[in-house]
Amino acid sequence: MAPAADSTTHSTPAETGGKSSGTGKNADTSQAGYAAETVTGRGPHTQRRGIWRVVRTSTFRLVAIYLLVFAVSVAAVLAYTWWQAQRLLQAQIEQTIAADVRGIAEQYAINGPGGVVAVLRRRTQQGVPGGLYLLSGPDGKVLAGNLPQLPEELQKRERSGWVDFTISVITPSGPRERHVRAYYIHLAEGLHIVIGRDIEHLFQFRRVIRNVLLWTLGLTTLLGIGGGLLLSRNFLRRIDGITASVRAIRAGRLARRVPVEGSGDELDRLAEALNDMLDQIERLMQGMREVSSNIAHDLKTPLTRLKAQTENALRAGGEEQRREALASTIAQADELLRTFNSLLLIARAEAGQARAGFSEVDVAEVAREVAELYEPIVEDMGGEFALHAPRRALVLGDRQLIAQALVNLLENAMKYGVPKEGALRLSVEVRTGREHVDIIVSDNGPGIPEEMREKVKERFVRLDKARSAPGSGLGLSLVASIARLHDGELRLEDNAPGLRAVLRLPVRRDAGKAGQSKGDRGGGIDTSGEARA
Amino acid sequence: MHILVIEDDREAANWLLKGLREAGHVADLATNGPEGLQMARDGDYDVLIVDRMLPGMDGLSIVRSLREEGDQTPALFLSALGEVEDKVEGLRAGGDDYLAKPYSFSELLARVEVLGRRKTAEPVQTRLRVGDMEMDLLKRRVTRAGQEILLQPREFKLLEYLMRNAGNVVTRTMLLENVWNYHFDPQTNVIDVHISRLRGKIDKGFDKPMLHTVRGSGYVLKAD
Repeated sequence: MAPAADSTTHSTPAETGGKSSGTGKNADTSQAGYAAETVTGRGPHTQRRGIWRVVRTSTFRLVAIYLLVFAVSVAAVLAYTWWQAQRLLQAQIEQTIAADVRGIAEQYAINGPGGVVAVLRRRTQQGVPGGLYLLSGPDGKVLAGNLPQLPEELQKRERSGWVDFTISVITPSGPRERHVRAYYIHLAEGLHIVIGRDIEHLFQFRRVIRNVLLWTLGLTTLLGIGGGLLLSRNFLRRIDGITASVRAIRAGRLARRVPVEGSGDELDRLAEALNDMLDQIERLMQGMREVSSNIAHDLKTPLTRLKAQTENALRAGGEEQRREALASTIAQADELLRTFNSLLLIARAEAGQARAGFSEVDVAEVAREVAELYEPIVEDMGGEFALHAPRRALVLGDRQLIAQALVNLLENAMKYGVPKEGALRLSVEVRTGREHVDIIVSDNGPGIPEEMREKVKERFVRLDKARSAPGSGLGLSLVASIARLHDGELRLEDNAPGLRAVLRLPVRRDAGKAGQSKGDRGGGIDTSGEARA
Repeated sequence: MHILVIEDDREAANWLLKGLREAGHVADLATNGPEGLQMARDGDYDVLIVDRMLPGMDGLSIVRSLREEGDQTPALFLSALGEVEDKVEGLRAGGDDYLAKPYSFSELLARVEVLGRRKTAEPVQTRLRVGDMEMDLLKRRVTRAGQEILLQPREFKLLEYLMRNAGNVVTRTMLLENVWNYHFDPQTNVIDVHISRLRGKIDKGFDKPMLHTVRGSGYVLKAD
């Protein structure tokens, strides 16, 4: 607790200021904020901080509230125990006194005052434990019993009934007060009878309970406050770590991340979530930067061409020439628009917004539909087209985007995958695994050299050979983004000969089992595992 | 057809009005939201062309208000927001079609004409007839001049869409959206191949072709 004590003295002015006025409190807050900021700037010197900052944490507040609740419950339980026990003991004492009173009343009825005296003598000689008796005459003279005199409170009393008084007892350590509960009988002849019991032990019991209560509460409070301070300091230290990181990031050090302790507790989870968010933001910013520079570079060329063509059209003499130039201008504009739309789609896929609209998608069905759409055109090109797909292959995703990805892969294969000799053999295969669904598009064309396979997934990258063919260089990069959006990946492999593009998507967790179980297959209409288009 | 254009961009609006009038339609213009809503309420229009972002009141609210008042005039949204979700949002607000900017005029015209026809026709039909071609939607049978034509399921859907919009130009994008339910533009001429296959089945061997290509726009199915 040494640092805490140190910091108490450190923040005393702030503390008194906070108590005296509201503005003082504000000043304290801003001072604390300022202190944290400068401390952050200096580095690992984060231990110096006021105890009031610790006290103001939510952890400390929670501990304090818990402590209060605990103390109140303990007090209530003890008070109730004491009250019940005392009631019971007192009732027992009163019962014994009442029995005594009955016995003495009988004696009095039979033998008169003399009988009472005899009984009282007998009782005092027997030494009833804690028993106190007295019979005194009208003049206050003690006739029998072990009480030295009629207590003052009773001298004027004429009504019989329960009374409480104290007597002074001489002990070796001096005179001591003892509490007595008694039944007082006032007889017609001016005689007073007191039949009582020493109930000092009841009071002792009450004192013990009170001491236990005080000690318990005191210790609990002390331990609670101490523990609360420790917990809060630890909590505050970690929160300060997060705050410091956030401030550093705000100040421009974007690579900084929130510290994770590795305990996996809620603060770690918060830190991890924050880090994930920061990673995502960084990725987005990087993507944006890349896209803007790419757009600047790669849209300039077609725009320049477009402008030149329009100028030509303006200058052109003949109606036919002009018409031709304009038609070509529109075609160019369409091409530009398409490029632009692809860029937007990529940006959208990378921003991850589309995830909100994810639903269950049967990739096998998408493959069948797209295959049906493209099979005729491949056949018209003189190529062969084959589809292998299971009955069902569920993933969580965006149907339009997955279809778009497959279409891009197919069009890519149709454009660049035609072998120099012989016919294009294009195949689409959907394979379901335990974890993934693979959509595999393969051709038998020239393929992509290994060193270029990663490169072509980037925006605007086209193989040299392909420059002559139309295209924006965005097709595969869009597929890669769509794969990333679905937590999947695009792999380009050698099909020997040709290219094998594998779009791997994670299987939909809860539906994956159902999709693969035999029972599910049996329940369907089509029991054959594969369909061939 | 009587068409109301609600569009705040003057230049785009004038270009639109000119094109619509050249195509033989009567077109009015409103340049802000409240004015557009008022005109749509007062006038008797066949189709509304509504920009999504308008001063005073956005396009979605206009169409939503009209639908709440029981006005079912077909509405086509124009918007720079072209993503699927925006389309869905537009259709949910009561729009009948959605076109993302920039669009080609032929695409817009084709869609508007299809929408205009929808207002008048379309009780539940079980039989479609165009010229000597007949389609039984219940038996999934197509005959031309009494001769049965066998079609694949998708070809059937394609022909059904063309028959429902007989006499109107339908674009490739419209076909891809309505027959295949895909909202993107492929780079290759996939639709053309399907059309030519369909043409091979419904026109081959008959003296008068019904399925015509409209250059620069799309296709039209008509009896003569």
